[in-house]
Amino acid sequence: MNKMKSNSLIDFSLHLADNALILGQRNAEWCGHGPVLEQDIAITNISLDLIGQARSLYQYAAQLKADGSTEDSLAYLRTEREFRNCLLVEQPNGDWAQTMLRQFLFSSYQYYLYQYLQNNKEETLAAIAEKSLKEVSYHLRWSSEWIIRLGDGTEESHSRILKALEELWRYTGELFIAAPYENDLGIAISSLKHDWSKKVNTVFEEATLKAPENVFMHTGGKTGTHTEHLGFILTELQYIQRVYPGCEW
Amino acid sequence: MPVHELEKSFQQKIDNEVKIEPKDWMPDAYRKTNIRQISQHAHSEIVGMLPEGNWISRAPSLKRKAILLAKVQDEGGHGLYLYSAAETLGMSREEMINDLHSGKAKYSSIFNYPTLTWADIGAIGWLVDGAAIMNQVMLTRTSYGPYARAMVRICKEESFHQRQGFEILLVLSRGTAEQKGMCQDAINRWWWPSLMMFGPKDSESTNSDQSMKWKIKRKTNDELRQNFVDMIAEQIKVLGMKLPDDKLKWNESKKHYDFGEINWDEFWQVVKGNGPCNKQRLDARKKAWENGEWVREAAAAHAKKRAERQKEKAA
Ligand SMILES: [Fe+2]
Ligand SMILES: [Fe+2]
Ligand SMILES: [Fe+2]
Repeated sequence: MNKMKSNSLIDFSLHLADNALILGQRNAEWCGHGPVLEQDIAITNISLDLIGQARSLYQYAAQLKADGSTEDSLAYLRTEREFRNCLLVEQPNGDWAQTMLRQFLFSSYQYYLYQYLQNNKEETLAAIAEKSLKEVSYHLRWSSEWIIRLGDGTEESHSRILKALEELWRYTGELFIAAPYENDLGIAISSLKHDWSKKVNTVFEEATLKAPENVFMHTGGKTGTHTEHLGFILTELQYIQRVYPGCEW
Repeated sequence: MPVHELEKSFQQKIDNEVKIEPKDWMPDAYRKTNIRQISQHAHSEIVGMLPEGNWISRAPSLKRKAILLAKVQDEGGHGLYLYSAAETLGMSREEMINDLHSGKAKYSSIFNYPTLTWADIGAIGWLVDGAAIMNQVMLTRTSYGPYARAMVRICKEESFHQRQGFEILLVLSRGTAEQKGMCQDAINRWWWPSLMMFGPKDSESTNSDQSMKWKIKRKTNDELRQNFVDMIAEQIKVLGMKLPDDKLKWNESKKHYDFGEINWDEFWQVVKGNGPCNKQRLDARKKAWENGEWVREAAAAHAKKRAERQKEKAA
């Protein structure tokens, strides 16, 4: 592989890892504070899966970089302009409706993406995608059920989901716009949009919801221009490593 | 059968180590004591998620983050088994939760202390889960069947938690001067509160005798506390740290460690609600429950719609 391609592969792996880490970090904020004990445990479980995926992907990126990077140096010592997660995953938890919608929009994207990546010619990447896909299928089913329950639940839950849509829909466009590293690697990210939309519409229909139209889509996360939230997330996440550099934990 | 006959055969079962099961006849006080104790235990697991949950977002490595998340999740699972065990005695989970929120039901006071540094996560695993295990191993043989069985599952995970906590401290104890200081500081703060976890002295404990007779408990508070001190006094040597007690000393004739007096004023203050975090912990639980109300309502409303639609289809 030429140098440019291998840099793109590193960037792409970091992008995938950052997505998983940041969403895992966000979901973990619910731990101990969920609306009912079983769901507290379920969202913590998803958080654990995502952090596990992030670790595999960072380890892979560290191996490609071969410069002494580790999963922890990549997660803890990069700055907000170096993170490549999409904007959707860094958005605040809000209420349970907003968290469920964020999970559903992201899991459905991740589902088709990993399905696509499991055939990638980079074997390690394909293996990570294949392994993660089992977890993501569950995340997608679980969050779909919640969208249906909340959309077709009470008046209040329905209006809360609508509010969440207004908040989050504008971050979904970015998912399907290829970043330079994706173009380089020939990752046909925009081709996933069709299946994703179909899935989203099917679930929305059962939930008595409609996907918003003509919404301005924000972009930038995949190339390191984030919303203001990310800086605060990293401040907390990286705190110990920044205060006590170079220690074993 | 007249009541005194029922009572006699009940006690006989207990004496013969036959477990009491949900449908068996049992004295009212036995039922009440078990509900109180099991629900209190369940609440402790749930409230206990909060102090440790504090550090999930700040865990110092991805591996530690994953281990801590899994640990706190385990505690939630323990709460779930325990609520189910208590429900077999005829009280609903919702009623138990209401009692927690109103202050009628208690939870372990240890969770009213703050987690101030990362080392506290190690100290909690080692000392708090360690103290809990002492109690819980005994409870795997408690006379009420569902409680005993829940404890068998829980104990396996708790000993895992204790080892992970110790391992956190072990790494710190071999680290930089700052890490060592953090480690010692956490031990200093958590040692005495963990001794308090075993409850008042036997001479002051009100429900002990009956609980022993019914084999709800099988060891007294003081016995369990002594076992714990003996265990920790040895383990701390591996860390090269010190327990904050000048009176701690091996007593060759008793074959136990002697140790200093617990600050019982502090103990009772925390029980009464005046610990450093009593208010925050209870507020956090109430807030989660109140904010979750519309979610639980929506889930119930949807389930009802679904069931009705199914009925229509069938008709
Ligand atoms: Fe516990
Ligand atoms: Fe537990
Ligand atoms: Fe535990």
